[in-house]
Amino acid sequence: MTVALVDYRAGNLTSVAKGLSAAGATVRVAQTPADLGDAGAIVIPGVGHFSATAALDDDWRRAILQAIDEGRPLLGICLGLQWLFEGSDEMADQPGLGVFAGRCFELQGDVKVPRVGWNTLARTALRSRLLDGVPADASAYFTHSFAAPLAPETSATTTHGMEFTSVVERGRVAGVQFHPEKSGTAGLRLLANFLTFARGA
Amino acid sequence: MLSRRIIACLDTRDGEVVKGVNFAGLRSAGRPADLAARYNADGIDELVLLDVTATLENRGALLATVRDVARQLFIPLTVGGGIRSMDDAKAIVDAGADKVSINSAALRDPSLITRLAQLYGSQAVIVAIDARRAADGYEVLSRSGTALETRRALDWAREAAARGAGEILLTSIDRDGTRAGFDCELTAAVSGSVRIPVIASGGAGTPEHFAEVFTAGRADAALAASVFHFSEHAVRDLKQFLAAQGVPMRLAW
Repeated sequence: MTVALVDYRAGNLTSVAKGLSAAGATVRVAQTPADLGDAGAIVIPGVGHFSATAALDDDWRRAILQAIDEGRPLLGICLGLQWLFEGSDEMADQPGLGVFAGRCFELQGDVKVPRVGWNTLARTALRSRLLDGVPADASAYFTHSFAAPLAPETSATTTHGMEFTSVVERGRVAGVQFHPEKSGTAGLRLLANFLTFARGA
Repeated sequence: MLSRRIIACLDTRDGEVVKGVNFAGLRSAGRPADLAARYNADGIDELVLLDVTATLENRGALLATVRDVARQLFIPLTVGGGIRSMDDAKAIVDAGADKVSINSAALRDPSLITRLAQLYGSQAVIVAIDARRAADGYEVLSRSGTALETRRALDWAREAAARGAGEILLTSIDRDGTRAGFDCELTAAVSGSVRIPVIASGGAGTPEHFAEVFTAGRADAALAASVFHFSEHAVRDLKQFLAAQGVPMRLAW
């Protein structure tokens, strides 16, 4: 399974590529929409400010939406998940892809920001393919200042001041707020699950 | 609830793990990759690889060691020591580090913090502060604790945060290597001065010391080196002790 890893200059891809490889993928870094080619699945990583997603311009948006229409599996990680929503308060004028409803918001309250560390995931009633076989008490590694709201497709939430989406999945499009590539055994299982459903199993 | 983090530091020199007392009298404690694998299996939340002599001897951190450790780890890895420029940081990140820790170079040129944060994101930039008690507050030392800076610890932490640091790694020079406990007053003062997470370092000796720094010290994470090096399940035992004390911990991995 070749996975196209979208490189839009939002941070370093080394760890994500390493995690996907460890989960069994062949990783191809895609620097232009044409680089998506015939990759069997697409991963949109990303860290930092929502403004970085401006690099995912109209050409990228068309190519990614088309890939989704074709049923190609897609996983957004961290900022990549946030971009799948309609937008973010972090950069009001910059639209997200709008695959999931709602705007991302800044974490509020008496909390350290960025919010860095390990947290368990509270499952919703939705059946999660990504979390299949991940122990209920397992933690994932987060590092973020903004978060996505709950959507009908939210399959796990985390609460820190406010409840937010930590896993969202609909059909073959999914997103995780945490970093599976940095979440130890549980994270590698999640990436392997993504590859499993990407293969159509 | 977000777990408090237990971080193991691998102080390395020439590809070997060493741990000093007050930065002197270094002794060997094994290969970094071996220790990293052991800590990972034992439930450590993060690892810091610090090339302790890089600044003094004017050489870069050991990229081969970084690659060696990063290859087998799927938890956050921070690398510090001898990072003086964007190019130094790039080499470290390309070798597999998730975060870089900068200290002396940030004091010399604070704009480095901002430039690194713009390129890699704030979550990848840790500013390490080596602080020491003085008659009128906390002074800052650089170059592995050998040079006294004009900046004060609380002011420098605030400035680092404002310039884009994602976390502060705060080491008490007074306590480093003593096993007498973290400097909870220093840690609480810095933690209360910034909105970003603070990692407490220096002085870990007993499980109770960790409990203190997470409560009185208001630390978001605690880092230690030697207390983890010499016993088989030190990390797991510590985390279970802290959880029993009511400190939120990651207990399944």
